[in-house]
Amino acid sequence: MKHKFANVYLILVFLILYAPIIFLIAYSFSQGETMTNFHGFTWRHYQTLFSDSRMLAIVANTLLVALLSALIATLIGTLGALSITRTTKRVTRESLLALNNVLMVSPDVIIGASFLIFFTMLKIPLGFGTVLMSHIAFEIPIVVLMVLPRLREMSASLLDAAQDLGATTRQLLTQVIIPFISPGIFAGFFMALTYSLDDFAVTFFVTGNGFSTLSVEIYSRARQGINLEINALSGVMFLFSLLLVGGYYWIQQASHKRRQRKREVAS
Amino acid sequence: MTKRRTWTYFLPYGLWLALFVIAPVALIVYQSFFDLGHHFTFSNYSTYFQSATYLKMTANSVWYAFLITLFTGLISYPTAYFIHQLKHRQFWLLLVILPTWINILLKAYAFIGIFSQAGLANQFLTFIGIGPQQILFTNASFIFVATYIQIPFMILPIYNALDDLNPAFVNASRDLGASNWQTFRHVIFPLTLPGVKAGVQAVFIPSLSLFMLTRLIGGNKVITLGTAIEEHFLTTMNWGMGSTIGVVLIIAMIIVMLLTGDQKSKGGTPR
Repeated sequence: MKHKFANVYLILVFLILYAPIIFLIAYSFSQGETMTNFHGFTWRHYQTLFSDSRMLAIVANTLLVALLSALIATLIGTLGALSITRTTKRVTRESLLALNNVLMVSPDVIIGASFLIFFTMLKIPLGFGTVLMSHIAFEIPIVVLMVLPRLREMSASLLDAAQDLGATTRQLLTQVIIPFISPGIFAGFFMALTYSLDDFAVTFFVTGNGFSTLSVEIYSRARQGINLEINALSGVMFLFSLLLVGGYYWIQQASHKRRQRKREVAS
Repeated sequence: MTKRRTWTYFLPYGLWLALFVIAPVALIVYQSFFDLGHHFTFSNYSTYFQSATYLKMTANSVWYAFLITLFTGLISYPTAYFIHQLKHRQFWLLLVILPTWINILLKAYAFIGIFSQAGLANQFLTFIGIGPQQILFTNASFIFVATYIQIPFMILPIYNALDDLNPAFVNASRDLGASNWQTFRHVIFPLTLPGVKAGVQAVFIPSLSLFMLTRLIGGNKVITLGTAIEEHFLTTMNWGMGSTIGVVLIIAMIIVMLLTGDQKSKGGTPR
C-alpha cells in the first residue's frame, strides 16, 4: 500500500518536472504561432531559427564566451587549487577557501551589480570583454572545488618518490600532479561551461548594448510574448545539454573505471 | 627558486581573489554611501529604514522566499526519500538533475505558454469545469514557477543526507519497537536535517534575488530584493540606493547562512 503511494507520488513529481520541457519542445513542431493548440507537424520554426542570422551570431557569441571563459577559469582555478593545497598554515587555507566560496553563495544580482560598479570605476567599456571577465570570475571557484578533492587524494609519498628520482618542479607538475588530477580538471571545465551557458543575471548587468548572449536574448524576446522560434531554440539547446550531460558522465565513468582497474592491478 | 615559482603559480588566482572577490564586495558597500550627485551620505540607509515602501518590499520578498522554500521542502523531502528506496536510484537522481541543465529562462518561457489565457493550465481548468482563470501575472504563478525551478536543488542535498544515514540506526529503532512514523520522526528526520538545512540555504537566498521571474511570470506584482536592485541599477540608475539594498541582501544572506549552520553544501548551486 505504502509502496504504491510512493510510486504515484514519484510519477507525479517527475511529470511536473518534465511536463514544461516536453511541452516547450513539442510546440516547436507545431504549425501554429502560439503555444495553445497543436496544429500539425512542421520543421518551419527550425528553418526560421537556422536562417535567423542575428540569433546565429548570438549563439556563436554564447559558445565563444562559454568555451573561452571555461578554459581560462580552468587554468586559473587549477593553479588556485594547487596553491591552496600547498599552504602550510591551517588559518591561511581556511580563509582562502572561505574567500573562494564567496562567489559560490552570493546571489547573482549582487555579483552582477558589484561587477558593474567595478568595471565602470575602471572605465572598462561594457561588452564582450566585461562579459568574458565576469564569466571567468564566477567560474573559478567551482573549478577549485572540483580539483581540490583530487589533490587531497594524492598521497605525499607519490610526490616524494618523484622528487627522490630527480624530478624537477616542472616535471613534478606536468608528469605527476596534472595527470593525477585530470579527472577533477575535466569535471571543473564542464561545470564552468554549464555555469557560463546557464547564466543570465550576471551577464544581464555587465553586457551593455551591442553584445548579447542567448539567455539575455531569450529574456528580451520572452518579454514580447510567445514566438515559436524560441521553442525551436529550446529543442536545440535541450539536445545540446543532453550531449553535455552525457559527455560529463562518460568522463566521470571512464575515470572511475580507470581508478578501479588501477586498484585491481595494485592489489 | 622553488619558493618564487610557487608564487608565480599563485599570482593569477590571487589576482582574481583581489579583483573579483574582495574589490566588488568592498565597492558595493562603498557605493551604498553615495547619493545620486556622488556625495558621501548616509541618506540611502536612512531612506531605506524610514520608507514604508522599502520595508514592506523587503518583508514581502522574505515572505515569498519563505513560502517558496517551504513548498520546495515539502515536495522535495518525500521525493528524495522515495527515490532513495528505488532500485536504480542513480538513474532517477540523474533525471532530477537533468532539468537543471536547461536554461532557466527557457523554463520560465515554457510557463508563459502553459499559464496563458488559452494555455494548457486553463484548458485543464475548463475541462474539470472551473473555467478559464487569469493565471499568468499572479503571485501564485510566481510561487509555483519559482518552486518548480528550485525543487532539484532541494532534492539533491536531502538525498545525499539520506545516503549518508547509517541504516543500522533505522534497524535499531525498528528492533526497539518504534513504528515507521516514530522511526522517521525521531531517527531519520533529525539525522537528515543537515541535508534539509543545506537545501534551505541553496533555495532561500536565490529566491530573495530572483528578478526575471517577477517580470516574466509575476508581472511585476511581486517585487523581490533582486528586482529592486536590478531596477535601481539598470532603470533608474540610482546606484547608491541599489547598493544599499544589495548590502541588505548580503546581510540577509549571512543571517540565513548562520541560521542554517556551517553545513557544507552538497548539492549544486542554482543559477
